[in-house]
Amino acid sequence: MDRLLNFIKKEFLQVFRDRKSLLMLIGLPVVQIVLFGFALTNEIKNAKIVVVDFAKDIGSQQIITKLASSGYFQIKKTLMNHDQIEAAFKEGNVKLAIVFPDHFYEELLHLHSARIEVLADASDPNTATTLVNYITSIINDYDGQLLPSADVPYQITPEIRMLYNPDLKGAPNFVPGVMAMVLLLICVMMTSISIVREKELGTMEVLLVSPVRPIMVIVSKMIPYLVISLVDLASILLLSVYALGLPIRGSIVLLFAISFVFIITALSLGLLISTVTSSQESAMTLSMLSMMLPTTILGGYMFPIENMPVPLQLLSNVVPARWYYIIIKAVMLKGLGFSYIWKETLILSGMAIFFLVVSLRNFKPRLE
Amino acid sequence: MRVLFYILQKEFLQLSRNRAVLRMLFMSPVIQLLILPMAANYEVKNVNLAIVDHDRSSYSQRFVAKVLSSGYFKLADFGSDYNQAFTLIEKDKADIIVEIPAGFERNLLREGNQKLLLAVNAINGVKALMGSGYLNAIIVDFNNELRSELTAPQSLNPLPVIETNPYYWYNPNMTYPWFMVPGILVMLLTLVSGNMASTNIVKEKEIGTIEQINVTPIKKQYFILGKLIPFWVLGIVIFSIGLLVARVVYGIVPLGNLGLLYLFLAIYLFALLGFGLLISTYSETQQQAHSLTFFFVMIFNMMSGLYTPIDSMPHWAQDITYFIPIKYFVEVIRMIVLKGSTFHDILFHLGAVLAMGIVLNTWAIFNYQKTSR
Repeated sequence: MDRLLNFIKKEFLQVFRDRKSLLMLIGLPVVQIVLFGFALTNEIKNAKIVVVDFAKDIGSQQIITKLASSGYFQIKKTLMNHDQIEAAFKEGNVKLAIVFPDHFYEELLHLHSARIEVLADASDPNTATTLVNYITSIINDYDGQLLPSADVPYQITPEIRMLYNPDLKGAPNFVPGVMAMVLLLICVMMTSISIVREKELGTMEVLLVSPVRPIMVIVSKMIPYLVISLVDLASILLLSVYALGLPIRGSIVLLFAISFVFIITALSLGLLISTVTSSQESAMTLSMLSMMLPTTILGGYMFPIENMPVPLQLLSNVVPARWYYIIIKAVMLKGLGFSYIWKETLILSGMAIFFLVVSLRNFKPRLE
Repeated sequence: MRVLFYILQKEFLQLSRNRAVLRMLFMSPVIQLLILPMAANYEVKNVNLAIVDHDRSSYSQRFVAKVLSSGYFKLADFGSDYNQAFTLIEKDKADIIVEIPAGFERNLLREGNQKLLLAVNAINGVKALMGSGYLNAIIVDFNNELRSELTAPQSLNPLPVIETNPYYWYNPNMTYPWFMVPGILVMLLTLVSGNMASTNIVKEKEIGTIEQINVTPIKKQYFILGKLIPFWVLGIVIFSIGLLVARVVYGIVPLGNLGLLYLFLAIYLFALLGFGLLISTYSETQQQAHSLTFFFVMIFNMMSGLYTPIDSMPHWAQDITYFIPIKYFVEVIRMIVLKGSTFHDILFHLGAVLAMGIVLNTWAIFNYQKTSR
């Protein structure tokens, strides 16, 4: 036991001596949570649009005022033909153009019908549909107000209650996701590199001939990163609450306990990677190149999983971050207890055990 | 010049001997490009509804039928207990609860108005907004239907109708991969090249072989150039493979000039590799280089505009994105490939990336010391 403690102490010293890496490990989550928490939102707003108003009458002007006051658009009024609009789309600054034809209001009043042309740059389909939806609903709204507003009979009015996130901010959705991603990648990368490093530099041999069991050599390598991750977790949570204004509705103890499980899963995955690679370069390539994008895209917080084709939905099950994201949302934002997330926790623990078992089988106490 | 040739020979040899890494460098982007874009779809569909009907009247049933037949919604549960519906929201099995109060039909017919409660899980704000928006539109429609049925036709003014005809240019079928594939390709390229460049010099430092190079008469700019060029070539090859995959698998044929795209690629790689070199001049061990690279690449990944629109970010965050090289390439590849933008359109992007490349590379060369401190 004493020997093991000495080993752990050695690892801590090694980690703490490398000031630059340590600063990164502690500073990185802090910077990223604040940056991403404020910056990321999949809401579309401030989109630059062009209004081409050939009508210049009350109708078109009222609609333009309504569009401007919605906050979704930055409006530029110019007269342009289709070619000029296309040129503007190609420059990439303008996302959409609205064209009011001549005599718009006149036709609306007398013929009871008028047309507005909406041209969208659909190279980004999401922005295009969203903007068109905004515009149609604003115009429909205007349309409805045209009718002399006596008592409109037979009216169902919905009363909408936005649960958990009444201001519809981006942070409640993205912060748990970024948390999962940052913790996972840090743990995987750092454990795999620090173990492979000893192999590469040849110092692994020295450790393996020591009287401590080989497996303990490895475990003692993981412990400093476990501690650092817990520190990171604490700072992430503090920032989420005090800088981003997110609530922690559930139990903090539960949150930490489950994060502990997640961190162990990530560390074991790092261990697994270290057993199948022989240089820091390949460990890094494997852990960053092949994990960053899958974690971002299949983790469930960028793109809804239920939208994916079925094979990819199945594939997303093996992404550990996906389960942790669900858990964090449930405990932190919804305030739910363990009975709601036992399944996800079980899956994470299962993954951890699987990674550990496979890496132990792969682990060779002798060098080739 | 001959010196540079020999360094290049050494670097290429070293690269080609590292089979395990090389295989990963080529395989990993291709595999990810084949799989990931299919998953990247924001479109809000499959909104799950839990309907709580306290009224169970013919009108409430008609309303429910109308909602469900719209095609936007899936019925997760139909019952008469709000709390039961709420547990479904907690378990993420339902996104919206529609509560129809008792007396819905009676109030609607006698008093002419009636409230309806929509409780929306708003953690994903956009989904909440779109889902409740769809429902709202259906309710408006339902109101109109009732009105035209229940009121005498002559008392109804003809409603002025404004028709909006949306035209979706460049991607009329709204194929999502068209938008995502080019961006993901750029991200993968950045991961590969940025990584390789940032660790390469450090690797020689850590193993100790840099001493041998330092005692030779090789000038430092040649040495750095010798490190840059192989990764530059590698990046162009990987990008070309990716472009081929995009064409064969996703049917994406660049609308614009390929030469222009490669010109931008060349300059982008110059900037990116300069960035990698700068990191390696500041690190002593590969571990340091990795954690520094990781820090920046994460920021590149999330702030590039690849997933979330840059226009929606707060202004200070938008200002930060001007210093993120990948942001320019993501925009440019989408412009050239999807819209056929021309040299004139991407001039600003080109200038910005070129300037970054010059600054980063000069900085790296100045910061690289042949003598160790």
